[in-house]
Amino acid sequence: MKVLMTEYLRIDLDSENWECRVCDHTVGPARGNYKEGLLVYKRDPEDIHPSVIDPEKYNFTFCPDKDWVSIYEFYCPSCATQVEVEYTFPGHMPLYDMEVDVDALKEQWSTREELTEPTTGPNVLVDRTHGHNH
Amino acid sequence: MNKDANIELDVQDQKLIKKFLKDTTLFLGPDPEIMRDHRIMPRTETEERCMDEYTDLNQIASIRDRLQSACEEGFEMVEQMGAAPGAKWGDIITGIYSASGDLTIGSAGGVLIFSALVHHPIKFIIKNWIDEETVGVNEGDGFIHNDSRYGNVHNTDQSMILPVFHEGKLICWAASTVHEGECGAIEPGGMPTMAETSFDEGLKMSPFKVVENYKIKRDLLTFLQNSVREPKLQYEDMKVKLFACMRLEQRIKEVFASEGPDALTACLRYTNESVVEEVRRRISGWPDMTVRTHTIMDSTLRENALIKMNLTLVKKGDRLIFDFSGSSPEFTNRAINTQLPGMKGMVGQAFMNHIWPDLPRGQAGLSPVEFKTTLGSIVDCTYAAPNSQSLMSIFHSFTVAQHATAKILYSAPEKFTRVLAPWHNMINTFIWGGVNQHGETLGNLCADLNGMGGGARMDRDGEHALSPIFATMADIGEQEMNEEDVPFLQLVSKKMTMDTQAPGKYRGGMGYTQIASTKDSDAWGFMTSCQGSKAPTIQGLFGGYAAGAMPLCRVSGTDVYDVMLNDPQRMRHSIPEIMNEQPFENAIYTTQHLGLGFEISKRGELYMISQGSGGGYGDLLERDPALVIMDIEESLISPDWAKKLYKVVFDEKTLAVDEAATKKMRDEYREQRKKQGVPYAEFVKKHVRDIPPDDVPFYGSWNGNNEQVYCGSNDDLRDANNPGANYMINPKDVRIGELEKELEVVRKKAGIVATNNRT
Ligand SMILES: [Zn+2]
Repeated sequence: MKVLMTEYLRIDLDSENWECRVCDHTVGPARGNYKEGLLVYKRDPEDIHPSVIDPEKYNFTFCPDKDWVSIYEFYCPSCATQVEVEYTFPGHMPLYDMEVDVDALKEQWSTREELTEPTTGPNVLVDRTHGHNH
Repeated sequence: MNKDANIELDVQDQKLIKKFLKDTTLFLGPDPEIMRDHRIMPRTETEERCMDEYTDLNQIASIRDRLQSACEEGFEMVEQMGAAPGAKWGDIITGIYSASGDLTIGSAGGVLIFSALVHHPIKFIIKNWIDEETVGVNEGDGFIHNDSRYGNVHNTDQSMILPVFHEGKLICWAASTVHEGECGAIEPGGMPTMAETSFDEGLKMSPFKVVENYKIKRDLLTFLQNSVREPKLQYEDMKVKLFACMRLEQRIKEVFASEGPDALTACLRYTNESVVEEVRRRISGWPDMTVRTHTIMDSTLRENALIKMNLTLVKKGDRLIFDFSGSSPEFTNRAINTQLPGMKGMVGQAFMNHIWPDLPRGQAGLSPVEFKTTLGSIVDCTYAAPNSQSLMSIFHSFTVAQHATAKILYSAPEKFTRVLAPWHNMINTFIWGGVNQHGETLGNLCADLNGMGGGARMDRDGEHALSPIFATMADIGEQEMNEEDVPFLQLVSKKMTMDTQAPGKYRGGMGYTQIASTKDSDAWGFMTSCQGSKAPTIQGLFGGYAAGAMPLCRVSGTDVYDVMLNDPQRMRHSIPEIMNEQPFENAIYTTQHLGLGFEISKRGELYMISQGSGGGYGDLLERDPALVIMDIEESLISPDWAKKLYKVVFDEKTLAVDEAATKKMRDEYREQRKKQGVPYAEFVKKHVRDIPPDDVPFYGSWNGNNEQVYCGSNDDLRDANNPGANYMINPKDVRIGELEKELEVVRKKAGIVATNNRT
């Protein structure tokens, strides 16, 4: 059985691995840090958050200051889907953000049906572009 | 002497010691036994008896509904009659508390965290004033309170608390809280950033009796009015809160009449206990795991500093533990710290707003949740540290809680809301004060703080400028109405700030531009109090980004009202046009961080800010091109930037998407990612440092070692469990020191001897 853990990652309870939900690539052991199986890139903030006002003229421009924040991007090495983004202190270790108790997960899902799409909770609003509800 | 007799003597000794201590206590300060406990109180004998007697769940539910609608009625009254701007936009709440002081039902509208903290002052009143011969608690009494150290977010919020009796017996409590604004602090508006001690924060009301026989005591009222800048507002809102509480009391007494007071007691207790049980059940359905996250606080509001808010969230069985170890030490002479209950209340707000909005809005929802903090840290500051800008730290606590729970929630089959990326978390607004066009002294703020951008959800974009993180329903106010009372205009408002969205498969809801300018007063000024001018204050979710940085932009040395009158074509209506084109002759254009201390403004100068965007969700390469085009059509993103960011190819005139070219561009970009990304171990070797940055002052733990915290420099590493005081130097003294050094060099060069060398 597979458990959908994030938008792009699932855990295969039988093989005990993290897998990419987009391309089925095996990322790494489920008892470990999935980030260790991904590609990482330190992103220039200017690429994502443009200087709305002229950086030649001003100190503060709407673009974050590189000396104050680093943006780490994590990609699936097989399909290059951006699985995770982390805003962090310059030079800081990437966070071990999801440390899963795999044995407890197995126990918990032993009485559940496998899900191929995540549940979303009750719908309270009409979507203006998509129309479909889970 | 036998064992039982020994125990009996011990008990008698303890009683005697307790009485002695109580009789000789010289100051009833905040009580750690009350203040450090957020759980509901143990079931009392009376509650037990009432619950045995009243077991019909239909009756319980019907009483709860009546109490709920009483709270809505009280909320409406305060919103309609309240004088504080905060009251008009819903920064208020009314609630009903059990006889032991537990919040059971809060109004659906308004700021739940207010009520969720008022159980502390009620428990203080119960513990200290009921049996106190000089005070007492009687029918018709009302108690006022604002000091955050006795249970409050910050001192600008004031509560009125009314005990409700039936035939002389205390059955429950009603209370109403309003963000009043002015509270007599060192700066106007109630949230001073300049506060360096708790004594700079204005009124310090421990819970005391200000109402007898349902009437406000005029002597005490006068004292309070005399202590604040808005004496009329102080009086008016005390009356409004009292009348709201009295209406709640009336509705409660109607329940006494039809169902009996014991049925109401059973209802309150049953509600709280069943919520606790339900919360444990819901937590059990989540996966057992540990989630780690942090956010960057880039300012103390006086100076820029790199401050860590750190969370380790542990979920095991039916336990959920928020461990804030590794967060920054407190800033002992800066206002951004919070008392422990403020942080807990804000985490509770995260659950009530975004995870379990279906549960009764009371204190029980948070009761089974556990917290781990260090006294003397930014989320659990000491008694002496100021906390008038606690919003800074509690909003970051909210964000790390929201971010971490989203990562646990995703796989859980049972959800009550969408999984969503963090909400925008800063109050990007103008706090103002001075003498208005009618000669009255005022101090308050613009309701635009309530328009925080919503986080993107797992299946749709975030909503723009929707609601603050501390309330699900609140208003952003009518500027035109405000202008009758305040001597400034918002020359631009409610216009989304282009190209500032948090990108993702679904983007965050965006914020709007505000350009304020004083017009009809020489004694009017502004302050702003936000972090996030250097580093984003939130995180995105599952590959989505945060929003960028938000500066304060200013134009001085000109009067734009003259420009608009004499040369109107020069006027521009967006921050980039004004700052990049610099259309006003001889004006001075500057930017700075959003921690602007209060300063008097001149007619026609511009103060320009923007609300921030909620976080993005998912990989931006998966964003539906139709949604990108819709954002272009709505002027949320410029065509050039949309193409560059989202890799969408479209016709610039018709905005028709070229699907094939878009797919090609996105596929190529995926290949580029594979080239630029490096394996984890290699990345760590290349980019990760053993210590924090050398040239930026850093506060908090580093690389997961939560046993030690840095305190402003790499030479200052402290025990995280006992960090000690952390004093900052006045930024003006820092600047004077720099200038003196420069002066010394210049003097030496010029051979000038200083005229005053005495020390
Ligand atoms: Zn993949």
